[in-house]
Order: sequence, then structure tokens, then C-alpha cells
Amino acid sequence: MKLWLCVLAVSVANWFIKAGGPLVLGKRELPAALIRVTQLTAPALLAGLIVTDLGGRTIDWTQVIGVGVAGILNLLRLPMLPAAAAGVATTALVRLVAA
Amino acid sequence: MTGSGRHSFTRGLRLGIAPALATAVLALNFGAEARARGWGTVAPVAFSALAFSGSAQFTLLSSLSGATALAAIVAAMVINVRYLVMSVAITSSLRGGRFARALQAQAIVDASFVAAHDGDDRYDVWRMIGVSVPQWVCWTAGTAVGVLAAPSPDLMHRLGLDVAFPAFFVVLLIDEVRRSRRAVVACLLGAVIAAGLLFVTGPSYALLGAAAATLIGLRQRRSDEAVAVRTGG
Repeated sequence: MKLWLCVLAVSVANWFIKAGGPLVLGKRELPAALIRVTQLTAPALLAGLIVTDLGGRTIDWTQVIGVGVAGILNLLRLPMLPAAAAGVATTALVRLVAA
Repeated sequence: MTGSGRHSFTRGLRLGIAPALATAVLALNFGAEARARGWGTVAPVAFSALAFSGSAQFTLLSSLSGATALAAIVAAMVINVRYLVMSVAITSSLRGGRFARALQAQAIVDASFVAAHDGDDRYDVWRMIGVSVPQWVCWTAGTAVGVLAAPSPDLMHRLGLDVAFPAFFVVLLIDEVRRSRRAVVACLLGAVIAAGLLFVTGPSYALLGAAAATLIGLRQRRSDEAVAVRTGG
């Protein structure tokens, strides 16, 4: 019962958090300063996501190499899915060789 | 749905395949770990279907065994405060009445939010929903497979599957920083803040801290900063 209560509480809280913008702001226009802040939400959070995925107490260099390969291949115009797949394959290969 | 909305949704579905595959890997982990911690088979799958939030779900999973239920719930909610930031950012792009807009906002997850960004403060809501649909399916189905098959973490590590999400995020970030110099600064600052916070706290709070980098937007933009540095695409 405790588990199910927690599951439902977190789910409902999540719905309200995601609905927070339209529920609180409605159709009002955002102030200019807040618009400038929201424009930067994606790059700042993406950088944070990458760092927290790769970071932690220790850094796994095989992971960093795979992510680097995906980034370089995308800069060379390879689409998202093959670039990410090449990154995964590179890390698997490096780990196989290093094992 | 209008013709352009249908086009956006279809494009979102295509864009959503890559993050959906990465999501499935993460969901396998969640399902296997939940089963190992005695959550049974139904609760983890129902949790994935209802909450659709990896960070909150992993937080509840890890904190419930060592903390009170209330503390675990609060921790899982705090982790998702970044969705409130995204919700505010996307509000002006949502359509319809208050309930319809709140419903559309349920499609917000990290990958779909970024994929829906059209530049400045504009977001394509139908594209965001399209990206989220395959992710939700893979998140829920992946959890079910993880619960039933319980693949070993060692096998997933050997296959390099832990790279799927950061590799995908790097590709999205490359597209974002092409938009403006200010996006480059926000990216670097967010990375530095997250890296610094990792020394003193867990990944979830470090990620929340990275959002503070957006505050550089409070400074008035100089006209030369508005020049896009996009080189293509």
C-alpha cells in the first residue's frame, strides 16, 4: 500500500509540475526578461544532462569516447540516430578491447 | 489538428525514434532494479505509464528504501522542478483553453522539449507531442521487459548502452549552440555549474543547478549578440 501511495503521489505531483506554466500563467504574455531566460533553458539543461550523465565520483573514459564520437560524427553531418548508434558501438568496442 | 500540426506531429514521431531507443535502455534498467528491490511486476510498469519521468522514478526507487515515504516523495518532486522551468518556457506556444494547455504540457520531457525548440521563445507543441509518444511507449514497454527479463547491468555496460542518452543529448546540444552566442555561454556555464555541484551533491541536484545558467538571460541582449552563429541545418 505504501508503495502504491508513493507511486500515485509522485505521478500526480509530476502532472501538476508539468502543467504549472499554463495553470499559473494562463494566456498572459511573459515579461521580456523571462522570455530571454526561457530561450536559454534548452542549452543550459542539455549541458547539465551531459555532465551529470558522464560525471559523478569517477569518470568512465570509455563513455566519454563514445559520446565524443557521436558529437564529431554529427558535426560531420551524420544524422542523430546513426551518430548516437556509432557512439554506443565505439564504447562497446573500446570496452571489449580493454577487457 | 491542422495540416501543419499533422506535419509537425509526424516529424516529431520521426525525431522521437532515437531518444525512444535510449529511453528503452534506461527503462530496462529501471524495471530490473525495481524488481530487484521488491516492487513486484505491476507497480513499476504502472509508475512508468503514469509518471513518465525517469529522474523522479529513479529517485523514488533509490530513496524509498532508506527514507520515510514523505521524504522520498518530496525528493522525487524536487528533482522534477526543472519541468516547471520548461513548462513556463513553453506556455506561450501552447494552444486552447487552460485544461487543453495543461494537457499538452504533459508531453514535456527533456528530449521532446529540446526537439520542439524553434528558436527564441517559440516551441512547436505538436512536434513535442510527436517526439514524446514513441518515448512514452518505449519507456513503459522497456520497464515491462526490464521487470520480466531483468537483464544484468554488466551485460548492458558491456554493450555500451549507457552511452545512448548522453550521445543523443550531445547531438541535440550541437544544434542548440548553433543558435546564438548566448546559447554557447549558457551551455558552458550550465556544464561548469553541474560539474561543480557533482563534487558536493548528487546528479539530480547538479542538473537542477545547471538551470541557473539561464539567468544570464536577465541581462539585456546587445544587438551584436543577437547575430546567429548557425552554420547550417
